[in-house]
Amino acid sequence: MAKFYTEDIRVSPRIEKLRDALFAKMPEIEADRAVLITESYKETEGLPIITRRAKAFKKIMENIPITIREDELIVGSATKAPRGCQMFPEFSFEWMEAELDTVETRMADPFYIAEETKNTLREVYKYWKGKTTSDLATAYMRPETLDAINHNIFTAGNYFYNGIGHVTVAYEEVLAIGFRGIIEKAEKELMTLDAKADNATEKRVFLEALIESFEAAITYAKRYSELALSMAEKCVDVKRRDELTTISKICAKVPENGAETFYEACQSFWFVQMLLQIESSGHSISPGRFDVYMYPYYKKEFEKGSITREFAQELMDCIWVKLNDLNKCRDAASAEGFAGYSLFQNLIAGGQDKNGEDITNDLSFMCINSSMHVMLPQPSLSVRIWSKTPHEFLIKAAKLTRTGCGLPAYYNDEVIIPALISRGLTLEDAREYNIIGCVEPQKSGKTDGWHDAAFFNMCRPLELVFSNGMDNGKQISIKTGEVEKMTTFEEFYDAYKAQMEYMISLLVDADNAIDMAHAKRCPLPFLSGMVEDCIARGKSVQEGGAVYNFTGPQGFGIANMADALYAIKTLVFEEKRFTLAELKQALQDNFGKGGATGLDAKAITIGVVKSLADKGVEVSEEQIANIYKNVSKESAFVQNGGRAKEIFDMIEDVPKFGNDIPDVDAFARDVAYTYTRPLESYKNPRGGIFQAGLYPVSANVPLGAQTGATPDGRYAYTPVADGVSPAAGRDVSGPTASANSVAKLDHFIASNGTLFNMKFHPSALEGVSGLESFAALVRGYFDQKGMHMQFNVVSRETLQDAQKHPENYRNLIVRVAGYSALFTTLSKSLQDDIINRTEQKGF
Amino acid sequence: MFDNYLDTKGRIFDIQRFSVHDGPGVRTIVFLKGCFLRCKWCCNPESQRYEIETMIQGGKEKIMGRDVTVDEVMDIIEKDRIYYRRSGGGVTLSGGECLAQPDFSVALLRACNERGIDTAIESTGFADFEKIEMLLPYLNHYLMDIKHINSEKHREYTTQPNEKILENARRIAKSGVELTIRVPVIPGFNCTEDEIRDIANFAKTLEGVTELHLLPYHRLGESKYEGLGRKYPMGDAPLIPDSHMQKLKRVVEETGLNCHIGG
Repeated sequence: MAKFYTEDIRVSPRIEKLRDALFAKMPEIEADRAVLITESYKETEGLPIITRRAKAFKKIMENIPITIREDELIVGSATKAPRGCQMFPEFSFEWMEAELDTVETRMADPFYIAEETKNTLREVYKYWKGKTTSDLATAYMRPETLDAINHNIFTAGNYFYNGIGHVTVAYEEVLAIGFRGIIEKAEKELMTLDAKADNATEKRVFLEALIESFEAAITYAKRYSELALSMAEKCVDVKRRDELTTISKICAKVPENGAETFYEACQSFWFVQMLLQIESSGHSISPGRFDVYMYPYYKKEFEKGSITREFAQELMDCIWVKLNDLNKCRDAASAEGFAGYSLFQNLIAGGQDKNGEDITNDLSFMCINSSMHVMLPQPSLSVRIWSKTPHEFLIKAAKLTRTGCGLPAYYNDEVIIPALISRGLTLEDAREYNIIGCVEPQKSGKTDGWHDAAFFNMCRPLELVFSNGMDNGKQISIKTGEVEKMTTFEEFYDAYKAQMEYMISLLVDADNAIDMAHAKRCPLPFLSGMVEDCIARGKSVQEGGAVYNFTGPQGFGIANMADALYAIKTLVFEEKRFTLAELKQALQDNFGKGGATGLDAKAITIGVVKSLADKGVEVSEEQIANIYKNVSKESAFVQNGGRAKEIFDMIEDVPKFGNDIPDVDAFARDVAYTYTRPLESYKNPRGGIFQAGLYPVSANVPLGAQTGATPDGRYAYTPVADGVSPAAGRDVSGPTASANSVAKLDHFIASNGTLFNMKFHPSALEGVSGLESFAALVRGYFDQKGMHMQFNVVSRETLQDAQKHPENYRNLIVRVAGYSALFTTLSKSLQDDIINRTEQKGF
Repeated sequence: MFDNYLDTKGRIFDIQRFSVHDGPGVRTIVFLKGCFLRCKWCCNPESQRYEIETMIQGGKEKIMGRDVTVDEVMDIIEKDRIYYRRSGGGVTLSGGECLAQPDFSVALLRACNERGIDTAIESTGFADFEKIEMLLPYLNHYLMDIKHINSEKHREYTTQPNEKILENARRIAKSGVELTIRVPVIPGFNCTEDEIRDIANFAKTLEGVTELHLLPYHRLGESKYEGLGRKYPMGDAPLIPDSHMQKLKRVVEETGLNCHIGG
């Protein structure tokens, strides 16, 4: 008998119904939570903040409307409407207040909002002026830091305006001992409290708040039990009545108590997953190693014969759908950066246990089945790969990749485990890592990773080298000397490093200011009960209660900077083809494309956008790009792009990162250090350290729109390179060359995660040989110590765009006949043929 | 005496990495320039002549053909070693016809063989057997085309008769190298059930051959002919419907051989 059950399991018709119901309407904003928390805060003025948080949570748990949706087996919804969202005014609200009338009609992630809700929220917001975490964070920041943010060197937006999220709690503990068990742990700690200790008072107040929060969560589950029972009593459909009766029994038992059956474990899991997202607004609350902590419940029942594979799969599919029921309304600008209503709930399968043995099991395969069954963006499915990963598991994952849904992401144990150990995790904890949000590794139930702490645009400090620290007429950074007078590459590179280091110091200031604001204004007692060692230390996660504390801001644009600096080194200093002064002019001229007034055009664009904003007109990134385009055109006739164009052509001919050229790749490795190394020396207020990530989410597009032309031949305001991937269209030597180059970066030091995106057309993975060669590609990249890989299997629309803009898609792989080829090298007719072929396949 | 076979020069027109056909696993394909045959359906017309020539591709002039040493080619081959190991892949010499540059081909295959890299050639087999014999010690897989059993028709569509090819196929099979027979299925040339059956029956007689690949005609090379200023010899010949390919597959299978459509 095979070791694993690798086959697909029939999908229940229930799943399609649940899915359709979820997406039947536009998501809606609901005000219940905002109203309840505001009432509670008004009642608790003057009490310790942790107590106020617990009492507010209790009020919400006891009063927020609850609902059981049709056909659901797993229950618990944060909103009445499917995919609705609650509001969290304690973090920030000004943006929402300003956008109440436009949120329904905006392009990215619109939300329906009733007039009555708008009025309620306007009323609620009156209370919060000056009281949010965002207000306090601003007060903590240096003026230079605010300047750097306003000038788009980096953005700390995520936690500046929202909760932190980005955590995986100890699900396995809740499944085992229930909320009651956690309360008992806290009570025991209270009883043995050392009155002589300096933190005795703080600890007592914290533990009491924690107990109050968990009692409230139990009450909430019991409300569901009662609702299910009353629905059952009224239900005429016998089958559904039985289902509701079962739901009622289960919600009476879990999450208060430990789970015994797989069904109970699923429901208990779901309450934890959802309640964390009612307590705070943070995203990337990640289920983590679902296949590991759920497996004992499945195995016990499956062996006993009390559950079928089909029913277990159905329950999992229900959870997969439910993960898409949670939603979050972001401000208009962030919505563009995180487009797709994404919550980044990362769920990972496979990998090794704490003893270093492979832990892949039947549920690992069923996780992939679930993603195939629901075909929805949540959860963000990941797989862990290492030398002992069963081949059939990698192939199963490849089959999911082939569907074109962009899942799963592949992670390399062989890099991540040592990287985490180098940051102070024990070997056992490192082996049990999971992924948070996009790509950030950590140990569940023990870590406050503050991943995703900021987006740092590595291209902007290079602009500051050319401007000697000026931006739009203001000295926002240190002076590193006039670029025209630099005589060696080392001098230039040192200036870049100095600009990087200065801006990194401000980034740290921003993050730590926000960090402190969360500790002072929004500690989270419910979350803290499920993260070791908060109970023993007697303080919340936000105040440093976790075993491991990190801050992980991510840099992006490495490929652009590697190519830019390599071009400068080669063309300016070695071959002396042009001077830095000429290059500076060419950049201002946007290489002759935007014209002699490239920078002026930027200034004009910003002016236009500001005046529109003053009039209350919202401007999207796309519109900004258009304004810029027009402004540039206006001024185009006054300039002479001749020399700029020549310089551009020379840059085009210099070798680029992503083509397996040892010199260039080694250089890129060094450039990445300009970000990753300085960060390592900083500490956060929770007693932890900073660690770099190299990934962009989708911010490389909007933030690229704020970046002028760069010396790698990238035009102004176009996207910058995504993650550690080569710059778009620069890797033209095939997938193995691209992977080899990226693997030459130091992934170990980027312990907050790296992201390597590869674009394939589904046809490239056709047949057994397609899957096998794909698996070899993943294995080969990982053998060379790459950390993460994901595959953007592209759609018909992308192919059509690639026909129009081949320069952006020079690395796109399609399968032609019996072989794969770079799409842009094919003839128009053949391209059309492949596009039509995809239509037949329904992509 | 020091054997400087790594300095052997040859003429190639392309090296394609991460190819998943033309042999097992992930492969690097080295395309040699020059061929003895002029098959009407050839999808690499730039491979046919040994002379370096200019081809217009995407509006730009491209020089087809460059002279390289075995050592230079090995540098590129080595880059994907890790993927060969993970997939059971390696190197395939294609073309053109590697037998048209026997010294270079032998040296290149030998270099791969000595470094533990799996080797394959994709070849017409149209050469004196002594030349083929030189390659065999370093060769793991021979992918050989049998295009037609009727020599006259073979000559009409490829410019050469087939006797030497069929004889070589027998001798290669006897040599013990893994031999795979491939048939390009071309409209108007060999796409009838009878013609395919004849080829399959011949392949069946070859020692150790258990598998036959049918490669359906495609028009991917058409734009290259234009780029070289030549006329596409196949005119507007139609593609072969999948249903017909399936029929041919069954014909092959009736002979007891395994059959696979595509490379």
